[in-house]
Amino acid sequence: MTWFVQALVDATSIGSIYALTALGIGLIFGIMRLINFAHAEFITIAAYVVMLTIAFGFPVALFAAAAGVLILALLSERLAFRPVRGADPSTLLITSFALSYLLQNTLVLIFGARPSGLNILPELSQPILIGGVRLPIIHLVTIAVTVLLLAATGAFLRKTRMGIEMRAAAADFEMARLLGIRANRVIAAAFGLSGVLATAAAILYVAQTGVVEPRLGLHLALIGFVATVVGGMGSLPGAVLGGLAVGMVTVFLQVLLPADLRPYREAFVYLAVILVLVLRPQGLFRPASARERV
Amino acid sequence: MPVRLQTVAILALLILAATLPGYLGTAATQRFAIDMMVKLVFVIGLSIFVSNTGVLSFGHAAFASIAAYSAAWFTVPPITKKVFLPDLPAWIIGTDLGLWGGMAVGMALAALCGLVIGIAVVRLAGIGASIATLAFLAIVYTTFSHATGLTKGTASLIGLPLVVGLPTATAVALAALAVAALFSASSVGLMLRASREDEVAASASGIAVRALRLVAFVLSAAVVGASGVLQGHAIGILSVGQFYLELTFLTLAMLVIGGQRSLSGAVVGAIAISFIAELLRMLAGGITVFGLAIPQMPGLREVGLAVIMLGVLMLRPKGITGNREFSLPRWLGGGTKRRESR
Repeated sequence: MTWFVQALVDATSIGSIYALTALGIGLIFGIMRLINFAHAEFITIAAYVVMLTIAFGFPVALFAAAAGVLILALLSERLAFRPVRGADPSTLLITSFALSYLLQNTLVLIFGARPSGLNILPELSQPILIGGVRLPIIHLVTIAVTVLLLAATGAFLRKTRMGIEMRAAAADFEMARLLGIRANRVIAAAFGLSGVLATAAAILYVAQTGVVEPRLGLHLALIGFVATVVGGMGSLPGAVLGGLAVGMVTVFLQVLLPADLRPYREAFVYLAVILVLVLRPQGLFRPASARERV
Repeated sequence: MPVRLQTVAILALLILAATLPGYLGTAATQRFAIDMMVKLVFVIGLSIFVSNTGVLSFGHAAFASIAAYSAAWFTVPPITKKVFLPDLPAWIIGTDLGLWGGMAVGMALAALCGLVIGIAVVRLAGIGASIATLAFLAIVYTTFSHATGLTKGTASLIGLPLVVGLPTATAVALAALAVAALFSASSVGLMLRASREDEVAASASGIAVRALRLVAFVLSAAVVGASGVLQGHAIGILSVGQFYLELTFLTLAMLVIGGQRSLSGAVVGAIAISFIAELLRMLAGGITVFGLAIPQMPGLREVGLAVIMLGVLMLRPKGITGNREFSLPRWLGGGTKRRESR
């Protein structure tokens, strides 16, 4: 039984980070139909900002990373995505791919390709014992922070004017514009929120792994896309649940697969993704607005 | 607009002209020209699916990978295989088919995998299909990275015979061009483009959209496979990392920048980006200008490439060719300007 609790906590903690990433990607996708590959670099750059500023203390680093990525997200929206808005989805996709490549290699240019160690909050890596189960504090913190952030995002989307405008834009962008919602403002706000979520994901992820490198965000973002699509395209709760589901599947495969198949774990995860896509093409949790109109 | 004979002739001449630097005599320019032909075969293969169906694929690098490794199983000398690839079945270790035999095996296996994954991909629409191909790429990458007995994993597999020179690579590129043009001009190609423009109307007119997309997917997997085989036998080394996101990005960028809905776009994009990337590579390797030494800057090539790509996407979202096919009357100012919508 202890192994199960342990695996469950691991899975929820990893799934939390995936969920934050998927939510950041899902927000943009819902409104612009853009799969933002550059979200990977939002995460990576947040981690680098933390690395550069951690000497001034954690609160400063947290603030600097959030501010830095917020500005980066707004700038990339203004400079890269606004000029191609309304182009067909594949052009949008390639634009974000190009932006991601640009940012990633700028990091290589500045910091080199080699990973460097980063210990954000060493006191969190201690495990605590609860009823015979060893639980690293960082996993519990990750889960708690994620729950708080999801609740805050949910409240923002439901209670504030900007949040409601954002949901309206996600449901039907053209209609929302006709009703007087300003496209530029809503999209900029979505990018800003996405940047903040990327910062949170970055800090929680690096606090667990302790390594920073230019490709750090790539793995997370890949999982994020998959989670967004599996969860139901355009559905924000779907993206969150999709992220959690991918985390669960990953960890439980690690535990349950026979040892010689374990290295292939990721392949099984992606195989499961293809199966879900084929069996439920609209995703596991489909919103009414995602149905294709003719 | 179907690909006409004159378009194919113009493109073939363009390809031949692009290989000219390869005959200048230095090893570096020859390597560059061969690599350009390898990428060209990849992009032409990719365009067989993407241009005709309008569905973006992120998974084609996996077909190049599958074909490259399965061809290597039949071309690497048996003694080397016994040491590096101990998990291969004995009959494969003992068989040596040469480049063309290996290429046939590689393309066949790529096509077979294309058939299996394609059945899933064509059932999905738009973004879902793209994500499925991305998942397929991740599956092949993970599997090949860990199946060290068959691929040497993330280490490099060496010992492939260096049998692909510039003439061979050019010949394969021209063959790929012919295959793509024939397919595009066929009734299947026309029906696919109809479904690309309006899927619902096309199915209502009796076009079996899924089945035809599957045909395009399998054919394009085989052609992209040929590119992987060329690559392995041009540089003699294979590593799993060669066929992952970097290659996916580069080839997709070539296609989109050239113009993703025409064969001319695929050819122009591959050639233009190859030249730009080579120039940037020389810059990044460190050069001396007026006695001022510019140091090596790893990452500069990629950054420059990305900036140029973003620029083209903003200024010409439909690519350099604007999705049109080349034809003589248009250049001479005569004839009508015809093009497919969007």
